[in-house]
Amino acid sequence: MAQAAIELIGINKSFGAVRANRDINLEIVRGTIHGIVGENGAGKSTLMSILYGFYQADSGEIRVGGQPASIKTPNDAIALGIGMVHQHFMLVDNFTVLENVILGAESDALLKKSIAKARSELERLEREYGLEVDPDAIIEELPVGLQQRVEILKALYRGAEILILDEPTGVLTPAEADHLFRILKQLKEQGKTIVLITHKLREIMAITDTVSVMRQGTMVATRETKKTTVEELAELMVGRRVLLRVEKGEAEAGGVKLAVKNLTVKDSRGVTMVDDISFDVRAGEIVGIAGVAGNGQSEMLEAISGIRRAVSGSVMLDGKPIDLTGAADPGELRDRGLAHVPEDRHHVGLVLAFEENENSILGYHDHPRYLRGPFLNIDAIRNDARDRIAKYDIRPADCRLKTANFSGGNQQKIVLAREMEQDPGVLIVGQPTRGVDVGAIEFIHKRLIAMRDQGKAVLVVSVELDEIRSLSDRILVMFAGRIVGERGPDATEGELGLLMAGVEQREAAE
Amino acid sequence: MSTPYAKLPAWADYVLIPLINLFVAFVVAGFVVILVGENPLRAAVVLVEGAFGRGQGIAFTLFYATTFIFSGLSVAVAAHCGLFNIGGEGQGYIAGLGIGIVCLAFDSVLPWWLTFPLAIIAAAAMGALWALIPAYLQAKRGSHIVITTIMFNFIAASVMVYALVGFLKPANSMAPQTRTFLDGAQLPKLNWVIELFGAKIRSAPFNISFLLALAMAFLVWVLIWRTRLGYEMRTYGHSSKAARYAGISETRIIIVAMMISGALAGMMALNPTMGDQHNVALEFVSGAGFVGIAVALMGRLHPVGIVLAAILFGMLYQGGAELAFEMPAISRDMIVIIQGLVILFAGALEHMFRPYVQALFASLSPRSVGMEAIKGKGA
Amino acid sequence: MDLFNAVIQVLDSTIRLSVPLLLACLAGLYSERAGIFDIGLEGKMLVGAFAGAAAASVFHSAYLGLGMAILISVAFALIHGFASITHRGNQIVSGVAINFIAAGSTIMLGQAWFQQGGRTPALASDERFGAIIWPGADALRGVPILGPIYSELISGHSVLVYVAFLAVPFTWWVLFRTRFGLRMRAVGENPAAVDTAGISVAWLRYRALICTGVLTGIAGAYLSMVQNGGFVKDMTAGKGYIALAALIFAKWKPVNAMFACLLFGFLDALSIRLQGTPLPVIGKVPVQLMQALPYILTVILLAGFIGKAIPPRAGGVPYVKER
Repeated sequence: MAQAAIELIGINKSFGAVRANRDINLEIVRGTIHGIVGENGAGKSTLMSILYGFYQADSGEIRVGGQPASIKTPNDAIALGIGMVHQHFMLVDNFTVLENVILGAESDALLKKSIAKARSELERLEREYGLEVDPDAIIEELPVGLQQRVEILKALYRGAEILILDEPTGVLTPAEADHLFRILKQLKEQGKTIVLITHKLREIMAITDTVSVMRQGTMVATRETKKTTVEELAELMVGRRVLLRVEKGEAEAGGVKLAVKNLTVKDSRGVTMVDDISFDVRAGEIVGIAGVAGNGQSEMLEAISGIRRAVSGSVMLDGKPIDLTGAADPGELRDRGLAHVPEDRHHVGLVLAFEENENSILGYHDHPRYLRGPFLNIDAIRNDARDRIAKYDIRPADCRLKTANFSGGNQQKIVLAREMEQDPGVLIVGQPTRGVDVGAIEFIHKRLIAMRDQGKAVLVVSVELDEIRSLSDRILVMFAGRIVGERGPDATEGELGLLMAGVEQREAAE
Repeated sequence: MSTPYAKLPAWADYVLIPLINLFVAFVVAGFVVILVGENPLRAAVVLVEGAFGRGQGIAFTLFYATTFIFSGLSVAVAAHCGLFNIGGEGQGYIAGLGIGIVCLAFDSVLPWWLTFPLAIIAAAAMGALWALIPAYLQAKRGSHIVITTIMFNFIAASVMVYALVGFLKPANSMAPQTRTFLDGAQLPKLNWVIELFGAKIRSAPFNISFLLALAMAFLVWVLIWRTRLGYEMRTYGHSSKAARYAGISETRIIIVAMMISGALAGMMALNPTMGDQHNVALEFVSGAGFVGIAVALMGRLHPVGIVLAAILFGMLYQGGAELAFEMPAISRDMIVIIQGLVILFAGALEHMFRPYVQALFASLSPRSVGMEAIKGKGA
Repeated sequence: MDLFNAVIQVLDSTIRLSVPLLLACLAGLYSERAGIFDIGLEGKMLVGAFAGAAAASVFHSAYLGLGMAILISVAFALIHGFASITHRGNQIVSGVAINFIAAGSTIMLGQAWFQQGGRTPALASDERFGAIIWPGADALRGVPILGPIYSELISGHSVLVYVAFLAVPFTWWVLFRTRFGLRMRAVGENPAAVDTAGISVAWLRYRALICTGVLTGIAGAYLSMVQNGGFVKDMTAGKGYIALAALIFAKWKPVNAMFACLLFGFLDALSIRLQGTPLPVIGKVPVQLMQALPYILTVILLAGFIGKAIPPRAGGVPYVKER
């Protein structure tokens, strides 16, 4: 009988009103690779952070090696032989590999012995697992794949028997990812237990022995990898949520309003986030971009709306180019009829400390309508705000209230009202209903469709597959920075789920 | 300086918490008084009586408050744009150069009401110029504005010594200060306003720059809450990402906000030079620029709060002088301690008492404050 | 030979003037390396100077004075820690507050306790740290070149001067050769890495601040018990800020810090020496320019025109465990 390395029993964890984990039960068998899949926000990382002592569960029990364990700090976890490789590396960038490895695990008040010990230990680990890395290299000079290897070495150096990896391939190239998997397999052969958190089904199928699926904070299923299929997992992961289909007629698509060609965007670390994508959005249609979060959608949105610099490619608005050098004036783009509802309404789309009416002009504050010379035309601003509050049923109906005091749904309506009421030719919407209550979702969807019916070009990016299917006239799926497929509104969940998991892309490439 | 905590009623936020912070600052200051062997309660009585007991005291209180209104507004304008201008001292000091030149050039030919506007322009321009360089370096080269403005305080001090010794002082004088300004550069007193209420004033330097300070407080209010520029400054101050999204130029807004802040700091030099000493002397600012930090924090960055806080500090300065006279064990430097304590409790420790106040409010009316707020997990 | 003697004298006063800067600069190095901005160096030095001189004159002991200077200075460092670590307050605001409290309380308590206008009583020679004359210093004084260098520059300073210069290699050793130093540097760069390694971020930062307090205490004691025979109000006169400038100039490295402080001390010594004397070639240099030079150099450095000063990455940001 295989012995359980870790058992989680009835784990609950809430952050404020958000229940990140509810009644989680999980058993991880020693010497196996156990995958945990789920969409972003499904609660995988929270669960693992509880196991690593970074957070405390509100209730529930953890057993390690059959013994009840109290894990209050990462130290407790380390002492129990649990190591973690975080999604965002916990490395000191200007330290050497050796310094990072011994940090917190120094054998002595002086470093000399610790360093000597770590050096020989690293050599041993290199021999045993093929974990090559120059111990004297500075972290920030290493490629991302090697930085991750240092994280693994850190855990092994501390005697980890159980290794948790949180989205380890998110920052890796396919070749680096393959190398990582070889290392993980080797670790398994040496008797280590590995927990792999990911949203990429291909990885799960390639490497795990067992897989558990999380959705919206709950553990929905655990399967033996051999006995399941990508299709089944995709369905479990995405789930069959109650679909709030909004009635809509056929799209009458007109001319091209927004044309994206060969757009490539890199993030601040130089990792390619958007990789040579091209598509059009026509007047009178809604184009939906589906994809698991973190596949380049955010960067694409920012580039199109002129906030982020693009490396190459072009974006045409009504046949005229948008400045992609990062020096674009978002105000000028608004004047040209491009409205943008950003994904992050808390830090970008709104200033939470502002009164509602002040947010109702953000980005349009320099329109003559709202100004009298250098002064704000307070009457005009508040009148417009009140009109929109009525029209969009924003509650409480008080334009002087601080925006932070509105619920998520009402905050989103404030942003949408602002952008839609400018009568833009093109509307770009990131996550239209993230953190929005059910009642408001339907309202927002109807509004978006009404925009389309007025002949606007609407581009919607959402990680909610239901939403994309409900709204879109055409669906594009983004994976790893590329558009991996285009489908009509009648595409099935399973079909899209596979695309989102990058499965077809892989097959097409081979 | 956003708060990660949930909301309280506005009056608790803007009145109750500052008062609690102030109260704690005074309690700690009271311990210092005990340490020197005096009775803190009696000291408080002497302080308040000294500041408001007689017309003379009121006039001095308002004279000190005048300078602090300017320096408090200066800190607040920058803070609304998310910038910490710690260089008000230097910006005010260097403004003395502009004032000195204008006054020496025109005091014999123009009446005060023509010299004054010229001096205001000169003071504001010099202050703004002295803030421009740190602002530019912050916006374009990413140099930390706190450090550069501190450095500019010291550079200003050297420039002023050089200017005073080099060309502003009369050739036949040893003292590093300008000659006494003639009537054309002396601001009229406002003491008669207080005398209208029946008080008697022997002589006090309370002058019309107080009215300029009040006007500036009003204009700052207009600027921050009623103009497009103020709107952009506040947007940037709360979230640079939102400002980017809204098409607000980072470079421009940093430079403009700092120059306005510097201009206000520059104007604080008018009161002690043209209003009181009638010359420009070494170290005439004497820390008023730093008092502005305490005033702005205490006044919660709102012009009304700043005027009130400035009067409070004016009172401390005037009452402190009386206190030093009445109780020899307590020197005027007591005010500096209180100032420091106010900055500590109203600034760095501003959230220390908030959870308790929130818990109190929650227990009084559980629905007005979410339980979440008490755990401090609002963000 | 006159020129040589003048050079020796300038260098000798360079050393004396550099010492308080160096101690304060190293003090700032501990706190900033741990990710806590500290513009309260000035205030901590000041309370150290006052406590040192006051205790020395009351207890008639230089060492008790030094102990008290360190104690009080550390207490002020802990206030900074309480505000900026425990309560995650704004570190700049907290530093400003400390400078004010220090400036006010030293004068007020001095006046209340000693009634000499904010001064402490003049210290007798056994209440101060006297000069240590190295063996043979007097005998070698006559030897050309090496004699004056040995007897003037190397010998004849107080014990605190040697402490300051020994603190440089010591700090280097702590920073780069001990576990504490490794963790301290890590917490200033990436506190999350330290936290996930199972080390308390707060306690580590508090310990760094204690080191800061000890060094500013010594710096203060040097001012009031070596350079001067007692405390005079505001006697730090901006040295805390010059030390901060030197720290930036030194790019947060101990050996660089020593050279930066020696440079700034040299500029100070030179400006005193050259008061009014014209230089060859350049002519008369305004003494104010010399005094402002450290600040100007720092601004230029900060602007990135002569190399780049990259501060510890987590500096100034209170650590909040991320969700």
